[in-house]
Amino acid sequence: MNRISRKFAQLRGQNRKALVTFITAGDPDLETTVELVLTLEKAGADIIELGVPYSDPLADGPVIQQASQRALQSGTCLRKIFEAVAQLRQQTDIPIILMTYYNPLLRYSLEKVAADAAVSGVDGFIVPDLPMEESGELKRELSLLNISLIPLVAPTSGIERIKQITAGGSGFIYCVSLTGVTGVREGLPDNLKEFAGAVRSASPIPVAVGFGISTPQQVAAVSQYCDAVIVGSALVKTIGERAGRPEFYDVIYRLVKTLKEPLLLKAEN
Amino acid sequence: MYRLPDNRGHYGDFGGKYVPETLMPALEELEKAYQEALNDSSFREEIRYYLNDYVGRPSPLYFAGRLTKHCGGAKIYLKREDLNHTGAHKINNTIGQVLLARRMGKKRVIAETGAGQHGVATATAAAMFGLECVVFMGEEDIRRQELNVFRMKLLGAEVRPVASGSRTLKDAMNEAIRDWVTNVRDTFYVLGSVGGPHPYPMMVRNFQKIIGEETREQVLQKEGRLPDCIIACVGGGSNAIGIFYPFLEDRDVQLVGVEAAGHGLDTPYHAATLTKGSHGVLHGAYSYILQDEDGQILEAHSVSAGLDYPGVGPEHSYLKETGRVRYTSVSDSEALEAFGVLCRTEGIIPALESSHALAYGLRVTPEMQPDDIVIINLSGRGDKDVHTVSGIPEVI
Repeated sequence: MNRISRKFAQLRGQNRKALVTFITAGDPDLETTVELVLTLEKAGADIIELGVPYSDPLADGPVIQQASQRALQSGTCLRKIFEAVAQLRQQTDIPIILMTYYNPLLRYSLEKVAADAAVSGVDGFIVPDLPMEESGELKRELSLLNISLIPLVAPTSGIERIKQITAGGSGFIYCVSLTGVTGVREGLPDNLKEFAGAVRSASPIPVAVGFGISTPQQVAAVSQYCDAVIVGSALVKTIGERAGRPEFYDVIYRLVKTLKEPLLLKAEN
Repeated sequence: MYRLPDNRGHYGDFGGKYVPETLMPALEELEKAYQEALNDSSFREEIRYYLNDYVGRPSPLYFAGRLTKHCGGAKIYLKREDLNHTGAHKINNTIGQVLLARRMGKKRVIAETGAGQHGVATATAAAMFGLECVVFMGEEDIRRQELNVFRMKLLGAEVRPVASGSRTLKDAMNEAIRDWVTNVRDTFYVLGSVGGPHPYPMMVRNFQKIIGEETREQVLQKEGRLPDCIIACVGGGSNAIGIFYPFLEDRDVQLVGVEAAGHGLDTPYHAATLTKGSHGVLHGAYSYILQDEDGQILEAHSVSAGLDYPGVGPEHSYLKETGRVRYTSVSDSEALEAFGVLCRTEGIIPALESSHALAYGLRVTPEMQPDDIVIINLSGRGDKDVHTVSGIPEVI
């Protein structure tokens, strides 16, 4: 059992849903990222996703693309992100997951990725361009060290793939709410409830819903039919606009606190 | 017997499907539809009909007598893909894919383009079959391939400028994939080269292998034997695989792929992925790529927009590792010189992409014997490049 499973077990005991927050590591620099993670935790985030910046993020919309560019410009790389996580581990036990495209992992060497993740205290990986058909090697390396490879399911997956993907999952299942790239949306798809419900009934592990979720109302609605809600671009957008200003960490704190509020009520399912 | 890819889309270590989960069912659907279409004789006949009566196939295998004399060595033949409708080999593939899109009931097609040849070929096929067409093109390429942008618009396509990254083919492809993830249910992605996730590299190769099949028949008819060497330029690698594939088991036929060395292999300004790159994943396939020590994709450079790409089709990576195809490179200036030579000796204005294959031919044929036979794939014509070349005084 790693920090992710312990967190879900603890929340289940309290009859609560998890808030997962995504920020791009190194946007605008890694010192800010470390401060931000601690702020997110204080404001009520249950799990942290750190995006590893990549030159060609084809699953991301403009907000996270630009954050990636800013992070690359400040010299962020996987090695330095592991160092930042190691530094964070002296101050927090919150589950930390890296969301990264596959090529930076390949280049680093999968074996070394797993080893350095274990040493620094990374609990899991989400790799949006690595479907189950190609994920065997990374999964083997990570599972040896009790690190989760969190699989994604999409609205197009269909029940057979959903069954296969969830059966092989670890940590939780990342349920992509819509067909598209990351980014804030006005509304979520009408059939999200049915889709997330189907994933949840197939899955032996918790299900988190992400993509397009940015408001407390959306968090409240989505949390009704899953175990965790993921918010990314809304935070990243604010980071892009406010980083470096005196009120910066306060703004982020208040934003996350309002997103968390609907989840403080006891869940009904 | 050469039978690749395997059923998971792998060519040895290379290939595969490295895409978001959202697209995986679409790739399965595509593969199934493609296999069914291949087994349907009416589909095969339909393709043949359009390739013959619309594209103008077979394209000639032309003995370039004056060029041969100029080089003073081996006999040089040109496979005239430049004479196809729309001016390049790209239409062989887009006719196939658009017919498949129509068969699958898709109403909208999207494409990425570098030089604009694949964009024009997609817009053409979409116009003929009445499908909505959106082409993604980097802003840098829009600037240097203005004529093709105008052609696409005339053909009723929407050209969407891409402002991210290096604003070239790589970024256009990112944006096309993002569109496809968003509109996957009603959109068919007409991919232009032998890169991308399985089944694209296999499917595009199979639509392009007509080039090599014709070449084989034509050279046997003209010379009574197979050639000693076949040369083609390699960006993503579709014209090269198209002419190489039917000769892979003829071990006596030397196959040479020519990449763009840009300003030189010892500078960062080149697109020689197989020569200078390393293994990695880009745009859905495991292949050779240009990357830095952190696995970030590097920007490629070539005077030719169609070769200006930091990746290459996975089958080429496999053919490099097995040694069956030899990959080499020529610089911008060598390609431009070859461009001028062909204009003056043969009255043919070649595409800058194809000029790379020509330049290698110019380099090696003088050392060969007069009864040796070399075939150069003239993958496209150079009308689109006249504007670029007019800015370079040495050429004229």
